[in-house]
Amino acid sequence: MTDAAPRAAEPVLAIEGLSISYRTRAGAIPAVVDFDLAIAAGESVALVGESGCGKSTVANAIMRYMGRNGSITGGEMRFKGRDMLAMGEAELRSLRGAEIAMVYQEPFAALNPSMTIGRQLMEVPMIHEGVSERQAYERAARMLEDVRLADTERLMSSYPHQLSGGQQQRIVIAMALLANPSLLLLDEPTTALDVTVEAGIVELIGEIKRKFGTAILFISHNLGLVHEVCDRVCVMYSGDVVETGAVADVFTHMRHPYTRGLFGCIPLPMAGRDERPLTAIPGQLPLPHERPHGCNFGPRCPWFAAGTCDAGEVPMIAAGIDGAAGHRARCLRLDAVGEAPPLVPEAAEEAEAVPAPEGDIVLDVVGMQKYYPVHDRSIAALIAGRSVRWVKANEALDFDARRGQTVAIVGESGCGKSTFAKVLMGLETATDGAIIFEGDDIAESAVTDRSKAQIAALQMIFQNPNETLNPSQSVGSQIARVIRKFGVETDRAKILQRVHDLLDLVKLPRDFAKRMPRQLSGGQKQRIGIARAFAGNPSMVIADEPVSALDVSVQAAVTQLLADIQREHDTTLIVISHDLALVRYLADRVVVMYLGQIMEQGRVEDVFAPPYHPYTEALLSAVPVADPQIEKTKIVLEGAVPSPLDPPKGCPFATRCQHKLGAICDAKRPPVHMRADGHRIACHIPLGELEQMEPVFRRAKA
Amino acid sequence: MNEHRPPDRESAEPIKPPPAIVVTARNIILGLWGALRLLRESTVAMIGAGLVGFWVLVAIFAPWLAPYDPNAQVLPFATPFTEHPEGGTFWLGADHLGRDILSRVIWGSRTVLFYAPVATACAFAVGITMGLFAGYKRGWIDDVLSRISDIILSFPILVLYVVIITTFGASGLNIVLAVIFASAPGIMRIVRGLVLDLRNRDYVAAAQTRGESTLRIMFVEILPNARGPLIVDACLRLGYTIITIGVLGFLGLGLPPPDPDWGGMVNQTRSMATFAPHMTIFPVIAISSLVLGFNLLADGIREISLND
Amino acid sequence: MLIFLARRTGYMVLTMLVVSILLFVLLEVNGEAVAVKVLGPYTTVEQRNLWLEANGYFRPVYVRYFEWLGNMLTGDFGESIRFRAPVADVLWPRLANTAILGGVTFAVMIPLALMMGILAGMKEGSKLDRSLSVTAIITTSIPEFASAVLLTFLFVFWLSWLPGTSGMTDGFRPVELILPVTVLVLYGFGYIARMTRASMVEVMQTPYIRTAILKGMPYRQVIMRHALRNALIAPFTVIMLQINWLLSGVIVVEFFFAYKGFGALLLEASLNQDIFLIQACAMVAVFVAVTTQTIADIGYTYLNPRIRFA
Ligand code: SF4
Ligand code: SF4
Repeated sequence: MTDAAPRAAEPVLAIEGLSISYRTRAGAIPAVVDFDLAIAAGESVALVGESGCGKSTVANAIMRYMGRNGSITGGEMRFKGRDMLAMGEAELRSLRGAEIAMVYQEPFAALNPSMTIGRQLMEVPMIHEGVSERQAYERAARMLEDVRLADTERLMSSYPHQLSGGQQQRIVIAMALLANPSLLLLDEPTTALDVTVEAGIVELIGEIKRKFGTAILFISHNLGLVHEVCDRVCVMYSGDVVETGAVADVFTHMRHPYTRGLFGCIPLPMAGRDERPLTAIPGQLPLPHERPHGCNFGPRCPWFAAGTCDAGEVPMIAAGIDGAAGHRARCLRLDAVGEAPPLVPEAAEEAEAVPAPEGDIVLDVVGMQKYYPVHDRSIAALIAGRSVRWVKANEALDFDARRGQTVAIVGESGCGKSTFAKVLMGLETATDGAIIFEGDDIAESAVTDRSKAQIAALQMIFQNPNETLNPSQSVGSQIARVIRKFGVETDRAKILQRVHDLLDLVKLPRDFAKRMPRQLSGGQKQRIGIARAFAGNPSMVIADEPVSALDVSVQAAVTQLLADIQREHDTTLIVISHDLALVRYLADRVVVMYLGQIMEQGRVEDVFAPPYHPYTEALLSAVPVADPQIEKTKIVLEGAVPSPLDPPKGCPFATRCQHKLGAICDAKRPPVHMRADGHRIACHIPLGELEQMEPVFRRAKA
Repeated sequence: MNEHRPPDRESAEPIKPPPAIVVTARNIILGLWGALRLLRESTVAMIGAGLVGFWVLVAIFAPWLAPYDPNAQVLPFATPFTEHPEGGTFWLGADHLGRDILSRVIWGSRTVLFYAPVATACAFAVGITMGLFAGYKRGWIDDVLSRISDIILSFPILVLYVVIITTFGASGLNIVLAVIFASAPGIMRIVRGLVLDLRNRDYVAAAQTRGESTLRIMFVEILPNARGPLIVDACLRLGYTIITIGVLGFLGLGLPPPDPDWGGMVNQTRSMATFAPHMTIFPVIAISSLVLGFNLLADGIREISLND
Repeated sequence: MLIFLARRTGYMVLTMLVVSILLFVLLEVNGEAVAVKVLGPYTTVEQRNLWLEANGYFRPVYVRYFEWLGNMLTGDFGESIRFRAPVADVLWPRLANTAILGGVTFAVMIPLALMMGILAGMKEGSKLDRSLSVTAIITTSIPEFASAVLLTFLFVFWLSWLPGTSGMTDGFRPVELILPVTVLVLYGFGYIARMTRASMVEVMQTPYIRTAILKGMPYRQVIMRHALRNALIAPFTVIMLQINWLLSGVIVVEFFFAYKGFGALLLEASLNQDIFLIQACAMVAVFVAVTTQTIADIGYTYLNPRIRFA
């Protein structure tokens, strides 16, 4: 393994042949098998894979924090030459937090809710170095500055719930760095955060590497992030590392069929569905106790060869192309598999965009507004006479959608996209403005006031696969209910027939009708959700983050399915998402929202190319891209999204804008520049100047 | 937890069309069987189910099991194993009026296993309905219902019973009404809490966006998904109601004599416990074991549902 | 915070008012029965009416209610029919006795229950945890009157170690408190212990405990500094609400052991239809209960920074 760690003779962490099992009622289940890893000082290594591949288990094993059921069943683990598996509790304690520190996925949950931030930070040097409170306080305050947090005094005396998610994660990182560890484990540190906040954390991690020379183990499911943060990568599948090597090598010449499959599943913000269609990996991740004999990926691998692949354990085989050292893959048929084509086909950029469907207007939103009252019962508010204040969730929304089009509404959390969906569905009513749907204004009619035909024509796909289906009703009955409710069919046999047709439509076996939701996987539940939405033959479907809760490979399949069904039925699809790559893939038109207002809208090709609205530019540059051939503009936004209780008077983006002109942005609402094909940008910067912007994504010069 | 949910017409209908009555009867038997199979996962639950099952059988077959008339006065203060003058034995002795204690304990199970389940079921019906409306509708309905239940719950429970029974007199019906009055607010709170959580689920939003009626959403979409915690609570509350009925009997506020009731038996004989403890001990063991059964069952079910 | 306090106190007063109306309506509107009680069953209708007239029972209900309420507030609870003495004179000494009983019970029960709950919750599924769970289920399944019978049988009848009644006829003897306190503790501690355990188990599974452990903190410190504070917020409320339960429990226990306390008094009043006494007892009981609930609410808010600094 030393060949991969050229910088230091003794790696900080060396793991060889590590195996981990979990005891369950069904017996011991191997979670990770024969895992090798070496991290040198200053190096950053990624563990990447989908849920259930064992990447978090490895992290917990390194911390020797396995819970009651987990145990290390074999292998060796050395930290700076010391055998970690032989260590006792006391010795482990002196390592944890001091030499090895960890940062977690949910920063809020990782902080003690009833202790001030300062106390929690100060504990670290106090435990490990026995320093005095004063010194600990000073160290903590300095570290907060190092992780780029301002106003340290106030932060130190705050409680976790008083901070934003980005601040919380910086605190957790500061806490991890306080004892100056040699190894930092980052377990999905940005998954719970918005993209622009994520970009800030990614930059911070880069700084930490440079400044402290800490070795980093980065655990993620996001290939793009891995590319931006790490030097080396281990791709895991079903408890095994299937491919490893330098990020640049692996991401350019992926060798293992699973790695190739993964890359085929992720949409990229540079290419739409016509240039680069997604290819889902067939089949499902095997359950740990149902792993096949031989290659774990065998049942899903297009290159599977009986007799070779299912013969026995598959070893890691050198897979370097152009002599790349340390690039190895766990596949016996590397020659047959060959080399993957480049991620974005060269031709893609020149390809003529397929024109968006231009049917008649199905939905026309005119000046739609939604305010929520907030009752402030504090004394100050009573005296000031401001006991009722308004959350301006949506402000003057204007856009339309045509038959057969896919319109994406993008923005970060709190931008008002979900509120809009609620108003559209009639779960809330608009405060002002109009929503013309198929000729009728539905802005102020709640769902109970709408006609059956209107309700049937407008259906929704929900985000969370575990909540979208009622757990106590069978799948079939839930679809049947929609069919009966909307009077599509009334005859019992015909309803059953239609349920079966819908299951065919979403490519699920017919006997799923009898199953209960808990017997389905996340992707399958989401498919049922799609079938249910299309059961009443709607003319428009709203999909709220339809795939964000799914694993990468499942995402691809569901995305593909949704796009196909939509085209087939000529349905108008409104996709609400924070994922720009997905939006690029699915949408014909894009509406970019910030703080309840539309910043930019237009055809997807226009929005994803200059001229950009400054916010769009920042959003795009924050998207992690997993293609080493692509160079992108780096923009990290300062500060947090202002409260919708009192948004800035002028441009809503003025508090964070990287191109802010000055006082005019604070004082005056920006004008809307109109371009061809309905491309509109709301900004004070003249259109001519905006057109001078560089594209965010550029092909790197060789 | 899924096997023993109440037969759900909505889910059964479109898939299998046989006549409704047959389906229901079969489902109940299948449901019970499924429930028992599930309980096997937890020893605690099995013991609990065993205790409860034992007393249920005793109550059902009381006329055949009880050796003597529970109210026949034969041999005062007979100690256990004394021979009965008309043949047979006072297995558990006789009380101060000479009534066979075994027969009284057996008949007493009927009393308690009639009133407690009836009262608890009614309290749940009321509490669930209140909780669904408060939790789902929110607004002033929630305010009013919550306030009412707060006020009722602010009474120390036994003080409340004493006041009610003193005002309206001791009778079976009044005890049932008092239990409903005193427990429904607690049940409402639990249901309300569950509904507040469940009402934000996407499937509820899905039902709303297809224009389902409020009642349907509350009773068909939400309620069945709250059943786990409610079943556990029902077991606990049944045990508690049994205790309450026992305590009322013990305080002399229970069912009017002479029909046997466990609490009453303790009340009538406890002053003589210093020389004839057998008169009080057996009813005490009976009530404790029955309550223990329900509590163990509740704990076991909770454990099983957590394992799922 | 001030507004919150004011609102809580407001709710408390409102609750008390509603309760007082309920009690008034339940027990007094039927003046006929009062007259029968006071004058005895062998009086004529005219005599009763005269008595009712003289005592102002024919005035409108609300006038009588406000007068009654006013009297209550000034500590004038009326005349006890059974004791032929002002209710206040009977009530206060009894309350003091119950306060002693309750105080001792709490002093034993709370530390015991918290200790057991915390120890069990620290290591979920351990032997200690399981045995505590089973013990708690068993003790909470035995009603107070049942454990009183069993304990009396064991310690009084069989071993003759303890006195079987607690009438304190020979002055105050602490030994007479042992059985009543034991009965109350046995029945009550299980609930608190289980709540504490549940709360502790939940806290021990949170990511912030993992953070603390992975900071390299000694286990004791993790428990003392990070776990306890969060784990005790929920039991605090439960403990305060146990006062409400205690007011029920004392009725049974005092009745059983002939302890001259508030619970026995209420029961005696009830069995004798002593309306003024019942009203007074119920009002006092509800007042204590509502006050502790209010304190519990305020305390919960205070302990929980998430609410305090919302
Ligand atoms: S070993 Fe065979 S089955 Fe496994 S990845 Fe390689 S070609 Fe596919
Ligand atoms: S108007 Fe000003 S602040 Fe707003 S986006 Fe344009 S330049 Fe930035």
